[in-house]
Amino acid sequence: MQILLENSSVAGIDQFDVYRQHGGYASVEKMLTMAPNDIVEAVKKSGLRGRGGAGFSTGMKWSFLDQKSGKPKYLVCNADEGEPGTFKDRYFMERLPHRLIEGLIVSSYALGVNTAYIYVRGELSWIITQLEDAIAEAKSHGFLGSKILGSEFSLEIYVHPGAGAYICGEESALLESLEGKRGYPRIKPPFPAIAGLYGCPTVVNNVETLAAVPWIVMHGGEAYAAIGIGKSTGTKLISACGNIRKPGVYEIALGLPVEEFIYSDSYCGGLLEGRTLKALIAGGSSVPILPAHLATTTAAGEPRLMTYESLFEGGFESGTMLGSGGFIVLDDKACIVRNTWNFARFYHHESCGQCSPCREGTGWLEKVLERIEHGHGRTEDIDLLVEIAKKIEGKTICAFGDAAAWPIASAIRHFRDEFIEHVSLAKDHV
Amino acid sequence: MKVTIDGIELDVPSGTTILEAARQIDTKSAPPAMCYYSTLKDSGGKCRTCLVKITQSSAQNTRPSMRLVPACRTLVEDGMVVQNNLSEEVLEARKGIVELLLINHPLDCPICDQAGECDLQNLAFEHGASGTDYKEERRRFPVQDIGPDIKLHMNRCILCFRCVYVADQLTPHRCHGVLNRGDASEIGTYIAKAVDSDFSGNMIDVCPVGALTDKTFRFKSRVWFARPMNAHRECTACCGKTVVWLKGDEVLRVTARKDDVGEVKDFICNGCRFQHKKLEDWVIEGPMHVDRHSVISQNHYEQLQGPQDA
Repeated sequence: MQILLENSSVAGIDQFDVYRQHGGYASVEKMLTMAPNDIVEAVKKSGLRGRGGAGFSTGMKWSFLDQKSGKPKYLVCNADEGEPGTFKDRYFMERLPHRLIEGLIVSSYALGVNTAYIYVRGELSWIITQLEDAIAEAKSHGFLGSKILGSEFSLEIYVHPGAGAYICGEESALLESLEGKRGYPRIKPPFPAIAGLYGCPTVVNNVETLAAVPWIVMHGGEAYAAIGIGKSTGTKLISACGNIRKPGVYEIALGLPVEEFIYSDSYCGGLLEGRTLKALIAGGSSVPILPAHLATTTAAGEPRLMTYESLFEGGFESGTMLGSGGFIVLDDKACIVRNTWNFARFYHHESCGQCSPCREGTGWLEKVLERIEHGHGRTEDIDLLVEIAKKIEGKTICAFGDAAAWPIASAIRHFRDEFIEHVSLAKDHV
Repeated sequence: MKVTIDGIELDVPSGTTILEAARQIDTKSAPPAMCYYSTLKDSGGKCRTCLVKITQSSAQNTRPSMRLVPACRTLVEDGMVVQNNLSEEVLEARKGIVELLLINHPLDCPICDQAGECDLQNLAFEHGASGTDYKEERRRFPVQDIGPDIKLHMNRCILCFRCVYVADQLTPHRCHGVLNRGDASEIGTYIAKAVDSDFSGNMIDVCPVGALTDKTFRFKSRVWFARPMNAHRECTACCGKTVVWLKGDEVLRVTARKDDVGEVKDFICNGCRFQHKKLEDWVIEGPMHVDRHSVISQNHYEQLQGPQDA
């Protein structure tokens, strides 16, 4: 099922003319015949959920936008993709920059927004150029700027590069950064829908979320909702990596069995010759890791599906989350302790330092894990890690603290033996 | 608005935070706050020591909150029910946060000027555990002069941001702030610029720990050997109402007056704080009120009531 990546392999699709020949910007023409609220209703009906990781209903988020404040409203596209294991937005934007612009135009029209921003991860320098070129092309063809296609609707889109901080992918830190301040997450409430960018009502959506809107406008919310299972509707980009034969970005209809995704030749193509599945991180580094038997089936023995609900089946005891779709497969040669240490190092490095549990706790986690990995661990360190993770989880300003704590807590929950082995083989073990 | 905190119901105007409401009941049992400062706009929410549990969000919405919330930045709703000291979960979380605040704190209290009037000491004493499992090295920064009057011990800093808000809100040009990220964050000045403005000294008073100290007072005396006296002088820059800390007839230091939760309501100028160190500069009003439980209360007698006054 290809909704987003439909024409991604067409040569020159990142150019306006080619994109237009393949049906691009048709939704902009169609939207002008619709009332803005009809688009919001269509998105609500589609069941589209935020593709950045949280999976919150997009239609709901849009309807929270304060339309009565009298202040300007903003739409911000979160393209600050930085989660280890996640590279779907990069893949998408470098192939289909116009599709993102189209999504922004249609969504802005639906929300009554006249200024939109794309906050791009600064390291993606070529994409910044591509997006700016695409905006200039769309503008010269009348799809952007003042009085789009002769209508009363005007929209300007600005590209803003980030400066390298993972935390700026958190929506309120992103807004601070966009305003020119330090990228510190804001204390909520108020939520961006009430007071976001420059204190004005703001919607922040992921690249993939916005890119799905033109299709919904063209085909209707019901058609989108017909894809997928239950409350997980539509398609999702999955960036698959790790010890698999065919790493890359795949578009799947939600509801695909995890087993099929790993072993089918249409997707990951299975593991390397002679290797077996050991663990799966299904939604980017922030989500709990699952051992092989819980990756493909739930604790109850049902087949595990690529949906928000099925992956969460069993809670954090035996489940995980779909997250941002960073699908990391680890085989039997991979070391869970080393992998966990690597993640802890990342979260320590990226903690913004605003609130104390995360600032101090992530550093502590990394130091203990580094010691265990390098042969200086103690038996009590394993429980200590669980304790530190508990001291951070749920106590912080933003979700970063949880994201730092979950992978470690889950690695110990499911692979305690491996930690014990590391500790018992420690050089200075007595 | 009616709010119930630890089973005690009270009426507060809308726009009151849970912390302010709890302080109205009793300042001693209210959640501790290391970063919130009522006279500094936007402060709070960072240290997480004031986390409380909402068991009922409001009269209409009887559901509990998903996670613990910072009392200093959460507004009271009508019919809200809050657990502070009665919740095991809150006390456990607070204990964890105290430990995390201390793992990189040098614990050099014996040579720290703040000892005896340190919010972190009090916090650790009242809410902390007796030990820690932290065995790693602590992070270290060099001691710095930031401007002519203030010394910065970054090792002791808990990054409450109060001094940054003082600089933002009380001085005309902020030239210091937080540099770097995560646990490498430090208070610093922009390219070794001196912090030099007429109200910069108030950073010392709002600092909850011994990170920012008064260079005219450093290592002169333990605070509990000094006699704090309320005093005032004619000042054109500020209110002129201060506390002078005396040893004999010598003025060791001058600070702003703090209220019963340890917050300065009337900030004072650097002229009063650093330049008027003679007893004759001041009109002494009488001993400052010191809580009986404070270490500073040693040998401190205020308002002795003779039988004739009773």
